[in-house]
Amino acid sequence: MSTMEKNYKPEQPAVGQSISRLEGYEKVTGAARYAGEFNVSDLLYGYVINSTITKGKIISINTEKAEAIPGVVKVFHHKNRPSLAWFSMQYADMDAPPGSPFQPLADHKIKYNGQPIALLVAESFELARYAATLVEITYEQEDFKTDLIANITEARAPKGGLATFLKPPPPKPVGNFEKAYENSPFQASGKFVHGTEHHNPIELFTTTTVYKGKGKVTIYDKTQGTVNCQLYVANVFGLHFKDVRVISPYVGGAFGSGLRPQYQLFFSVLAALELKRNVRVTLDRHQMFTFGHRPPTVQFTRFGASADGKVNALNHEAIAETSRFEDYTEVVVNWSHMLYPAKNTLFKYNLVPLDVFSPLDMRAPGGSTGLHAIESTMDDLAYQMKIDPLEFRLINYAEQDESVGRPYSSKELRQCYLQGAEQFGWNKRNPEPRSMRRGNKLVGYGMATGIWEAMQLPARASATITTEGKLHVNSAVTDIGTGTLTVMSQIAADEMGLHMDDVTFTYGDSKMAFAPIQGGSFTVSSVGSAIKAACNALKKKILKKAKSIGNSPFKRVKIDEVIFADRKMISIDNPAVFISYSDIIAANGHKVIKSVNFAMPKVFKLKKYSRAAHSAAFVEVEVDEELGIINVTRAVTAVAAGKIINPKTARSQILGGMIWSISKALREESITDHRFGKYMNMNIAEYHIPVHADIHDLQVIFVEEKDDIVNELGTKGVGEIGLAAMPPAIANAIFHATGKRVNQFPIHFDTLM
Amino acid sequence: MITENISTPVISHKKKLSLTINGEVKTLEVKPWVSLLDCLREHLDLTGTKKGCDHGQCGACTVIVDGKRILSCLTLAVMKDGASITTIEGIGKDGELHPLQKAFIDHDAFQCGYCTPGQICSAIGMIAEGKAKTRTEVKELMSGNLCRCGANTNIIDAIMEVQEGLTNE
Repeated sequence: MSTMEKNYKPEQPAVGQSISRLEGYEKVTGAARYAGEFNVSDLLYGYVINSTITKGKIISINTEKAEAIPGVVKVFHHKNRPSLAWFSMQYADMDAPPGSPFQPLADHKIKYNGQPIALLVAESFELARYAATLVEITYEQEDFKTDLIANITEARAPKGGLATFLKPPPPKPVGNFEKAYENSPFQASGKFVHGTEHHNPIELFTTTTVYKGKGKVTIYDKTQGTVNCQLYVANVFGLHFKDVRVISPYVGGAFGSGLRPQYQLFFSVLAALELKRNVRVTLDRHQMFTFGHRPPTVQFTRFGASADGKVNALNHEAIAETSRFEDYTEVVVNWSHMLYPAKNTLFKYNLVPLDVFSPLDMRAPGGSTGLHAIESTMDDLAYQMKIDPLEFRLINYAEQDESVGRPYSSKELRQCYLQGAEQFGWNKRNPEPRSMRRGNKLVGYGMATGIWEAMQLPARASATITTEGKLHVNSAVTDIGTGTLTVMSQIAADEMGLHMDDVTFTYGDSKMAFAPIQGGSFTVSSVGSAIKAACNALKKKILKKAKSIGNSPFKRVKIDEVIFADRKMISIDNPAVFISYSDIIAANGHKVIKSVNFAMPKVFKLKKYSRAAHSAAFVEVEVDEELGIINVTRAVTAVAAGKIINPKTARSQILGGMIWSISKALREESITDHRFGKYMNMNIAEYHIPVHADIHDLQVIFVEEKDDIVNELGTKGVGEIGLAAMPPAIANAIFHATGKRVNQFPIHFDTLM
Repeated sequence: MITENISTPVISHKKKLSLTINGEVKTLEVKPWVSLLDCLREHLDLTGTKKGCDHGQCGACTVIVDGKRILSCLTLAVMKDGASITTIEGIGKDGELHPLQKAFIDHDAFQCGYCTPGQICSAIGMIAEGKAKTRTEVKELMSGNLCRCGANTNIIDAIMEVQEGLTNE
């Protein structure tokens, strides 16, 4: 553990303080070990071989040349795969969409380009990679379809399933949209096209499987869910749940890509169990484009407004890509009516199954797609009506969530608008497009609104007063770089009235208390609430123990008559009556006191409210008038996300979301050559993400927001909300700068010339 | 025919080489096809140097060789026989963090931490090059190091603090 932050004030509550990441020392010294860095002895290396065709059958696999080389151990493929789980359901992980999950090496069928079809295992990484090139595979190709636009007429409703609990289908129509739109004096419509995106965390997907004897494995995996992977491995390989341990102490970014077990996990475990050896499988960057992705999506909007500036008709339809084997869905079209109280609505969401791998949640899934269409259409309306875009949002401010007719548990979006605008200097904007310049650059200001649902899932936590009278907390949750370790330690410290340096939090191990997958901005709310529950139970145990001591002054004291502060339990009525945690432990025969508890969302209370984080983004762009080159010169994002546990790490989350916004609006896209059904830019030189030189002045505001309903902590999560508002704000700023509205992301300079 | 030619490295023998890594002389035997990156990570258990692309596109594998920042994934270990190599594990001196390491913690200049060793080694190399004076120049000359979490502004803040501290001394 690192040295404590110099700004940390132990006399104050830890929650709300800007504390540096507790694992900072490990990360800046190289001591932090990621999944591919556990150099166990007797290690074999696996290299995956991927299909070079998009659809068809494997006719033959010839491994003779490869296996003739000394040091090559074995090639696994569909013909020699051992008998594994029979039923499709056994391959379903906690994040599986409705359908039949992909089963590696199940048979000779090829379902998508880049499908893993063999694993070559050798004594060294270099040898495995080289020998894999000697495996000869012949295929029989079949016709395939990978182009969403060309096959858009095949769109159909998605299948329902468990996933619809977290991803509800579009709300039912309200009023009569067509009539209301037709009668609207102001109308705006748009077609919005988004390409495929891949998560591309900098750490490659890796699994190191340590063979622990018959049917037992310890797995170092890159994942966002240790328990999810444990479940998957146990089910697929028919192992006892307790004989599979998945450890992910450090995760080098994931952004959704680790929500489902990826194929390197399957291959590493398969080889380890079959060869009875330790096996590491690392994907290369090219292979990072051969599993889940953000799906390409086409959206259509038609918004109508009355003469008084009120939006009265909202129509938002989306058609997204999915695979032929699973119906992956996102919440794309549900947001506009949560933000704007129109009387007439019509929402549709459909899928086109294609010969690709199943899409996968990627930072702000659905929201960052849908809000671009919604907020650019709103911008369009504002220009038509000659109303300031910010003023237009305020005229249409939703006091409650009209899409379901419920109040918000809290909503400080108005403050986001006002504080963001003030900080940005929105009042310096000339309303006319192409009216502002800086030398040969056109300058544009744009703004947009963001929203993301505040969710809580069931989670468990363990809390222990150690023999030294300190607190140890644990959860199976990962820390994918979001600051989970630090934030959970802060929550735990305050619960038990301890200094941060008296608290340890261990995590990233399936052996620890159950945690759901880490995503959707629900980790703090879910695991943080579990820690609170475990600490509350621990307090009761401490009081009970204190009562059992002879002549205890706590004999008649109830739990609400004590406080836990300064490493002690203290009577509220008489502060002279107290017992330190060390004395409690001494009284307990120097044994630890422990409690493991579940926290569940309070469903009956919560269903009366809509819960969401909100944001407002303000962006300045410069566009070179001759060359069309676009530069986001500065941006402000104001966020209302309930209680901010650690402003330092939360700010970094929002900054990350803002940089992802620049990337989404202007840079990243996996481009498919539909003649071959494959991505053409499967590397991070040609898959563009912003570099340091692309990033300029970014500012974050956290608006004060109190929420006693959303969960015990009053938190809403900050992982996604930074990527909700800013992509459309960039598009709107480009319109303001150039007078051109480009509705295809990413926006390239050639469209502005 | 082609197969025979490209299979040559398989039968080639290990080469003996000597590297001074973080001040310590290491003598080891590796095959010529082992990159300096894999040599550090797999043969010497120095896993602080990261593999993000293996193609010189992300900068995560940046180390300092004879005072210059290089991409260890594009360098074969045998090319550096006799060289002096500093990795992230050797940046701090006598248990003290290097000023850049401290600045990275203070400025929250990382989230997942995976690009961090490369960013820090690259920044040390860049400062030594002495070409970047302004924030714009620093951003330009650090642009070979990608950060996917989006810690970019915090990374540049950290580097500027250290660079300006050095200039003011």
